[in-house]
Amino acid sequence: MRYSVFRILEQGLTGNRGWKPVWREPDPKPEYDILVIGGGGHGLSTAYYLATVHGQTNVAVLEKGWLGSGNVGRNTTIIRSNYLLPGNQPFYEFSMQLWEGLEQELNFNAMISQRGIINLFHSDAQRDAAVRRGNAMVLSGADAVILDQDVLRKKCPFLDFDNARFPVLGGLWQPRGGTARHDAVAWGYARGADRRGVDILQNCEVIGFDIRNGACHGVATTRGAIRAKKVAVCVAGSSGQVMELAGLRLPIESHVLQAFVSEGLKPVIPGVITYGAGHFYISQSDKGGLVFGGDIDGYNTYAQRGNLPVVENVCEGGMALMPMIGRARLLRMWGGVVDMSMDGSAFIDRTLIDGLFFNGGWCYGGFKATPASGYCYAHLIATGASHPVAAEMRLDRFASGALVDERGAGAQPNLH
Amino acid sequence: MIIPHPLLGPRDASEFVYLGDASLIDRPDPRAADALQQFHDYLYLRDNPAGEHRELWFHEHGDRSWLVVTRNTLTHEITAVELAKKVALERGRDR
Amino acid sequence: MTGLERLPGGLVDRNRCIAFTFDGHPYLGFPGDTLASALLANGVRMVGRSFKYHRPRGVFSAGSEEPNALVQLRRGAYREPNTRATVAELFDGLDATSQNYCGSLRFDLLAVNDLLASFLGAGFYYKTFMWPQALWERLYEPVIRASAGPGRLSGDTDPDVYDRGYLHCDLLVIGSGPAGLAAALVAGRSGARTILVDEDFVMGGRLHAETHEIDGQPGGAWAGSVVAELGALENVRLLSRTTVIGAYDHGIYGAVERKTDHLPDSKGKPRQILWRVHSRRAILCAGAIERPIAFGANDRPGVMLAGAVRTYANRYAVAPGKRVGVFTNNDDGWRTAVDLAAKGVEIAAVIDTREMAPPVDVTSVEVRMGGRITTTWGRKGLKAITLATGEKIAMDCLAVSGGWNPAVHLTCHQRGRPIWRDDIAAFVPGTGLPVGMAVAGSVNGSLSCGAALREGHDAASAIMQDLGIGLAKDALPAASDESVAVMPFWRVTESRGRAWVDLQNDVTVKDIQQAHHEGYRSVELLKRYTTLGMATDQGKTANVVALAILAEHGGRSIGDIGTTIFRPPYTPVSIAVFAGRSRGKAFRPTRLTPSHVWAEGRGGTFVEASGWLRARWYPVSGETHWRQSVDREVRLTRSGVGICDVSTLGKIDIQGEDSGTFLNKVYANGFAKLPVGRVRYGLMLREDGFVYDDGTTARLGKTHFVMTTTTANDGLVFRNLEFARQCLWPGLDVHLASATEQWAQFSVAGPRSRDLLAKIVDPPFDLANDAFPLMACGTVTVCGGAPGRLFRISFSGELGYEIAVPSRYGVSFMAALMTAGEDFDAVPYGVEALGVMRLEKGHVAGNELNGQSTAKMLNLERMISRKKDCIGNVLSQRPAMNRQDGLAMMGFRPLDRSVELTAGAHFLAMDAEDRMAADEGYMTSVAHSPELGYSIGLGFIMRGPERVGETVRAWDAVNGKDIPVEIVPPHFVDPQGNRLRG
Repeated sequence: MRYSVFRILEQGLTGNRGWKPVWREPDPKPEYDILVIGGGGHGLSTAYYLATVHGQTNVAVLEKGWLGSGNVGRNTTIIRSNYLLPGNQPFYEFSMQLWEGLEQELNFNAMISQRGIINLFHSDAQRDAAVRRGNAMVLSGADAVILDQDVLRKKCPFLDFDNARFPVLGGLWQPRGGTARHDAVAWGYARGADRRGVDILQNCEVIGFDIRNGACHGVATTRGAIRAKKVAVCVAGSSGQVMELAGLRLPIESHVLQAFVSEGLKPVIPGVITYGAGHFYISQSDKGGLVFGGDIDGYNTYAQRGNLPVVENVCEGGMALMPMIGRARLLRMWGGVVDMSMDGSAFIDRTLIDGLFFNGGWCYGGFKATPASGYCYAHLIATGASHPVAAEMRLDRFASGALVDERGAGAQPNLH
Repeated sequence: MIIPHPLLGPRDASEFVYLGDASLIDRPDPRAADALQQFHDYLYLRDNPAGEHRELWFHEHGDRSWLVVTRNTLTHEITAVELAKKVALERGRDR
Repeated sequence: MTGLERLPGGLVDRNRCIAFTFDGHPYLGFPGDTLASALLANGVRMVGRSFKYHRPRGVFSAGSEEPNALVQLRRGAYREPNTRATVAELFDGLDATSQNYCGSLRFDLLAVNDLLASFLGAGFYYKTFMWPQALWERLYEPVIRASAGPGRLSGDTDPDVYDRGYLHCDLLVIGSGPAGLAAALVAGRSGARTILVDEDFVMGGRLHAETHEIDGQPGGAWAGSVVAELGALENVRLLSRTTVIGAYDHGIYGAVERKTDHLPDSKGKPRQILWRVHSRRAILCAGAIERPIAFGANDRPGVMLAGAVRTYANRYAVAPGKRVGVFTNNDDGWRTAVDLAAKGVEIAAVIDTREMAPPVDVTSVEVRMGGRITTTWGRKGLKAITLATGEKIAMDCLAVSGGWNPAVHLTCHQRGRPIWRDDIAAFVPGTGLPVGMAVAGSVNGSLSCGAALREGHDAASAIMQDLGIGLAKDALPAASDESVAVMPFWRVTESRGRAWVDLQNDVTVKDIQQAHHEGYRSVELLKRYTTLGMATDQGKTANVVALAILAEHGGRSIGDIGTTIFRPPYTPVSIAVFAGRSRGKAFRPTRLTPSHVWAEGRGGTFVEASGWLRARWYPVSGETHWRQSVDREVRLTRSGVGICDVSTLGKIDIQGEDSGTFLNKVYANGFAKLPVGRVRYGLMLREDGFVYDDGTTARLGKTHFVMTTTTANDGLVFRNLEFARQCLWPGLDVHLASATEQWAQFSVAGPRSRDLLAKIVDPPFDLANDAFPLMACGTVTVCGGAPGRLFRISFSGELGYEIAVPSRYGVSFMAALMTAGEDFDAVPYGVEALGVMRLEKGHVAGNELNGQSTAKMLNLERMISRKKDCIGNVLSQRPAMNRQDGLAMMGFRPLDRSVELTAGAHFLAMDAEDRMAADEGYMTSVAHSPELGYSIGLGFIMRGPERVGETVRAWDAVNGKDIPVEIVPPHFVDPQGNRLRG
């Protein structure tokens, strides 16, 4: 069923009784060409691009919970391509280009909203780093503007310019950055993949891999064994647990990232703003909630919940940066488990086991990568070769020393 | 979280800095023939269990002890805390 | 009505009137009122508009679960949007306004949405606004955002003060209803450190809202006497107006106490306090929240929860209507009719969905057993209802009860999942409770007053025993076990019109059915697709009804479907309270250098550097641009002598027999053989082989070294050294102490520095070049006996020293240096001049040591001794870190000497396209060199050393620059180092 304003009018006039299910709820078949493990954003987009770009439709997506219950369902919805290194920035810019036009392609409104993102800087050294980054962005085909304090005062008059512990000197602005309605991204990809024949199997948890002679031939699930020629793991947040079933260790730690939303408010924050002197970033949803977050709690955990010190830390950053939000009320805080990799960058790679692929290590920033991650993963699975923009997202980069360390923090996952 | 420090009693976790997997104590022998591989595994392929985890915490805002804390990553329950120096000596580290 | 005509009884103080305004109209109320009770007393029924359809709405509940009555309190920077009128305590001059409308509350232009409702059903926006693409940001989204809300921030800095604190207790009792009071009484009398918390401003919970009797006295009076007794106990702390918002690890609870929200003016006192309550045990006595029944047009002002109607009548002495009906599926709902009738309020009818004999004998009241309301009448306030039988009954208030949901929220904050109990048709706490938490009373599904008292008493007694605290002898308070029988009934199927489930977000029964039909069948998908339970009330009254409808539609049981995940906070909390006083200048501590006061007196400007305020430059009269000041400081230092406070560099005291061995392991280069009295530059690697810090280390004695680190990495290096000492080489005899704050250290640099120091360092210390050459160090006394340390090291490239004295002498020593330097035109210099001189000299600093640099990139790979082990040695040998075509640090100067370089520019070959593949590196640092008279830079460029003399572009698109630069060696001034040896 194609969505449009005319469909809404037609349905509205006939009692909204004719809406069709957005996806099927099929039973697992005994065998597929490709299994994608993980029905989050990346898994669903992988399936979608396998079907649309590579014509692979004998594909199933295996999701242990409900569709979109991965980190696509609990992030802070930011899309941007303001990375620094050649191993990252072209990938994220490719993702941004896929975001632009995604809704029309999927015929699903994911409220992709390019209201801009500003990374503030507070010292000369931070400004130098912002310039370096901005130029890298432009080199990759992205947009970047350095804002000085005067312009910033006009754009964001609510920032604390005059009583700040860390002065706001300016910002690196990416006008094309913004936000998207995260759940809708998962739904749009799921609907698109389903329509092309991909089976999305909810409540189907992988409990083992069928690995013989160094090759993967399928998986065992809570809904029975499923054979496949290729198995593609895409379960960021649970990567360690799932890959352990295949006997593989990963350069990844599992950490919890908390996120926050306030009560609904009339629009007050124009785009996405990130604080350079504290751990705080914020945007405002179309419904009016201030959506914000900060640092990870910093200890290994799978508990999907954080503790108070980080809550306080994040709110301190917010109050230091924009003290007008003090009387807004925090409505809900939650935690999501993220794959923190050893250099802060992700993996889209084959593994030592034939037919077993791995996508993960997205740290706290996987949402914006959703389109390109799926696109490049599908490319790797279907063609056997890395997509050029994801060529450095290799698992062996720690052995070679070709790290993709944006922060320069080294092998310390909780600092990335 | 509250970490029961073996010398100082219960301390708020925010006094500590977290490092990670306690096997970082087991620094490989740099003279080994496969030292590069060993150091790679030591530094990058750390334990990341869903369950009991032995991990290093530094009492930065306290007595500057490194501690080995045994903590469940699913429940955050802490079942043991030891001085890392003691653990290191027990594991045969010396000079 | 004036608001003063009340029912008999209640907890309001009739001796005094409170004047307040709502939407500009003046009203009167009493102390003890909430804004909601006072508005109801004044006959104000319509208080807000719903979020999506802008439907008129009235007060629905009497507590923090309120979905409808959201108002803005106060004015200007004190404005507080989305405040629930049901928990806002009335105070003199309270100024409340309604919100979420276009026009006025009564005539809201956006009410047109209600007429368009059939086109605005669940998730309609996912299906449209996609064409044309460009209109999303320009038209559709702005329109949608304009209707966001409901409340509005002032946009001004929150003027109030907030605090944070810690509390410790043996037992935290959450909730002060019958269960909580019984529990606190046991713990308090036993001598346990007890904290009793309640979100209300009066303790007692529903005892004030009901007509229970305890120990022969009215429940409210009993509560009052218990609270008085507890208040007199030293081991008990009572926190009213305090909400426990979350259960965190290891018995820590977050609680927010509202200190001045009920006062006209905070008068500088903290508005709210965030308490981190460290408890050994906790008992959750949070009670239960009533839920409604879904039927046609069940959202009109006047339709309220039955328990809330009782609260208004019994506690606030307010009749929410003149003619009140009751719609219930349980015995508890009947209490509303009984209580109101007893107070003389006319009861229109009791409509009970159950086909049975009336459970209560209420003579003279119309009863409709098996009755079902299909719709209601009255546009801006309820006028009548219609039953499925077609009968229409006039009423202006309908008290609805669909049963009670235990407030299990806090039991689920650590991923516990509640379980369904058929007998009470509700979720109760399941497994996975936070460690140390017990539950008692209605939150545990024990809905009668007698049961709550028993459970609270027993839970506390068991905990006292468990904690080894002797139990005081006391009797269990006695109360009746009133009937709470319930027969599940969720929605009236005969209703034709819209039946609301989530009142605030306008989610109706049909929306839930449609979402299920479209495939959004998991409860989480339902929530996300319809926005059910996502409003400011988080669905406290709506969620279980929605689950029931979902269950009915999908042929599943409610228990199987389960709830969505409960997350903190229990009720919304101001963001400011989490920040406490850590905002503005106090966001983070500020570190001041030992000579800060001197520098202030000298008129220095300051800059933030890793938490420190450092003097940046010292302008003198006539200088109008910072460059003039910095250039002068550089020139005078290079020609005479300059002085700079460098105390911010990390200083670590290292002592012990094995100190040299230890340093060999933590530095890339060797230190064990460093002679006593000498200093060496050291390079520090992370274990992954990348450079992360550098500095000098001096050997003051055979077993005594002093290390310096960069300002930024002081703490990190110390932590890492302790790791090496305790975890990697615990057998070494070495001890560490941070000495950063203990020593004030000054750079004295320039050709006259020795002459200056000769006047400072006490004789007979010999400063002559032979006696104290470059890289010498020693212990000295200065200014006639003060202890000092002297190092002959130079960051500027000039003859230079660093001299340290105990921090307390910082200000006077700086003054002494300047006095001694008067003869040589000594100049104080700041970090800008320091930076210029280091750049002229080609020394690396933070911009080069950014954690991404290898020793090879810094042309320092030969410093990594391959003869010894050190941290980072092995992994620094990985192939990609040693590429011959990799980046290397070089110097750069513009071909056009008049052009200013910029840091952050990327290097491109002269004929290269502007593409990432053509990127050859980037400029890390730039400065104007007063010595050379033009702009110079350091940067990383591929194959740097072999490209000296080549011209490339310093391409800086974001600054609109594209400058041809020549690659030169990174030492611009005195490359042979003759000056520093002089």
